[in-house]
Amino acid sequence: MTTTDLTTDHSRATADEAHSHGLASTPPNSSRADRDKSFDLDVFPVPSGREEQWRFSAVRDLAPLFVDQPVEGSLAWSIDALPAGVRLTEVSVADARERSVSAPGDRASAIAAAHSGGARALTVAPGSVIEKPITITMHGDGSEARGHLLVEIGANAEVSVVIERTGSATYSEFISVDVGQNAGLNLVLLQTWEDDAVHSGEVHAKLSRDARLRGSVVTLGGKVVRLNTTASLSGVGSSVDLFGLYFADSGQHQEHQLFVDHMVPNCRSRVTYKGALAGASARTVWIGDVLIRKEAEGTDTYELNRNLVLTDGARADSVPNLEIETGLIDGAGHASATGRFDEEQMFYLRSRGISESEARKLVVRGFFADLIQEIGVPEVEKGLMNAIELELDMVEADDE
Amino acid sequence: MSTLVITDLHVSVETPEGTKEILRGVDLTIDSGHVHAIMGPNGSGKSTLAYSIAGHPKYTITSGTVTLDGEDVLEMSVDERAKAGIFLAMQYPVEVPGVSVSNFLRTAKTAIDGEAPKLRTWVKDVKSSMADLRMDSSFAERNVNEGFSGGEKKRHEILQMELLQPKIAILDETDSGLDVDALRIVSEGVNRVKDKTNVGVLLITHYTRILNYITPDFVHVFVDGRVAEQGGPELAERLEAEGYDRYLTKA
Ligand SMILES: Nc1ncnc2c1ncn2[C@@H]1O[C@H](COP(=O)(O)OP(=O)(O)OP(=O)(O)O)[C@@H](O)[C@H]1O
Ligand SMILES: [Mg+2]
Repeated sequence: MTTTDLTTDHSRATADEAHSHGLASTPPNSSRADRDKSFDLDVFPVPSGREEQWRFSAVRDLAPLFVDQPVEGSLAWSIDALPAGVRLTEVSVADARERSVSAPGDRASAIAAAHSGGARALTVAPGSVIEKPITITMHGDGSEARGHLLVEIGANAEVSVVIERTGSATYSEFISVDVGQNAGLNLVLLQTWEDDAVHSGEVHAKLSRDARLRGSVVTLGGKVVRLNTTASLSGVGSSVDLFGLYFADSGQHQEHQLFVDHMVPNCRSRVTYKGALAGASARTVWIGDVLIRKEAEGTDTYELNRNLVLTDGARADSVPNLEIETGLIDGAGHASATGRFDEEQMFYLRSRGISESEARKLVVRGFFADLIQEIGVPEVEKGLMNAIELELDMVEADDE
Repeated sequence: MSTLVITDLHVSVETPEGTKEILRGVDLTIDSGHVHAIMGPNGSGKSTLAYSIAGHPKYTITSGTVTLDGEDVLEMSVDERAKAGIFLAMQYPVEVPGVSVSNFLRTAKTAIDGEAPKLRTWVKDVKSSMADLRMDSSFAERNVNEGFSGGEKKRHEILQMELLQPKIAILDETDSGLDVDALRIVSEGVNRVKDKTNVGVLLITHYTRILNYITPDFVHVFVDGRVAEQGGPELAERLEAEGYDRYLTKA
């Protein structure tokens, strides 16, 4: 699909269940940048589900994450021996607030920070070029957990970090990502939770001058996953690529909110999220906000969301939103499309001898292939196609 | 040598107003190497016949039989029918986003043959068939039928027929919407496959123009869900001159 500047392509949003619309996700006269940010819980009342940023959310399932109380559990971390130049340290709650690039933007992440018992900081020394991806596995044993993580990449450093969540938990987190001058970070967040996990996360990344962030989010597991990613392009010449891949089956609610804030001149951003849905009550939400501030001349931005609805009853919401405060930009566009893999497509493929399950795989593989190649961590890319095939096998098992 | 036998086929569709019978007792036998042209007015049920043979879920067979070399086709799933050797070139080929033509063709060939084709010869076969059908090689990397023009879609259908080598091919208005050059290219494609594989062809058309390129052995006039008359190529000439009025007033 080639959709040019400032258009929203809804051409494929034909089926009733395949929902896609271009509602602005902020009221016309309030900027996305005006939303509250604070470590103070009183700033964020318990969401009712009517608020702008919660209106598509599975608020009832997320409710435990709004409770202002300490929790007993935690996620168990596994991590390989760290290479030279990389450190993992414990940081007090107070220090963690100081070192975060921003305060939390909603109640769940404010509570995560408040009750994390202190943050963990993954710090990469300036100038370190780390060849091998740093892989952290966070495993839940089914209990409640809160987390605060600081990712700090020193100037001119270069590193890939893969964080995988497994097991089950009712988990909220606040992740602060600080990418220093001319540094490059490839951050991959894999949500391969078991079926009953509930996860709300906020990631706030700040990019300094000439910094590069490639951020990939892969959400396959969990009952409810809600990730809210902000990239603040605060250094001239910085660049961000945000990729997302999600696959929701029956009973899963997956929400990905994004905010790309072009604060200074000559920055570049690309957002590419793709999701597949299968199963009667599968539900996904994508909200992509981009703000080009008055100062951000020479901005080049494009965001895209595509959803593929494989079975009846699934629902994908897709809400792109672009605020532009200066006319002096290189390019700004967005596209959102929700398409159905329908009976006619299935018939066409099967009439050429291709079995039903093979037909589905063919379409889904094709849909995700280019996106998977973008993740840039070969170990993850390899495993991912298999994981998607497994999801599809589960869809079939449900069909029978 | 293969034979497709259609006996007293009755087919209906579900509509909001209730069940509607469209085919009312079709009898037709197609042997390898023969071309049967089916001509008839709009809405007479030609596509319904084609889809019913291929197994489209929209159509309900209420009575009658379809066999291929004695095997019960109606018992088979859609993909089993294709593997048994039935091919339908559709009147309106479907777009399949995200699936490239080359991937689609290879997957279909593998499914039909039960094993992956030898890479070297396969690539060569695809290339030469595409060249014969004047399809630019860039089509291989495009998504199936996505953004294809009407004529390109029809060539792509014949490309599949050439590569999948069915026993019986049903061509539903493959000639509609083609200009003279494209019509010739597509017709030559059909003839080439017929010479090579001795495929039996059921050629659904509104126009005798294509019959100048592909000579039918039999012509059937299809009216109101059944075959109203059959004959040789001369029948097509007469239909061209007289139209279907004769059959319609009788019905
Ligand atoms: N889902 C449906 N609901 C109602 N009527 C249907 C449905 N499907 C097919 N029909 C009707 O069945 C009849 C036969 O349709 P069919 O497409 O087989 O005709 P055709 O001979 O191929 O026509 P054409 O020459 O226009 O391609 C038509 O009257 C059509 O409107
Ligand atoms: Mg028709």
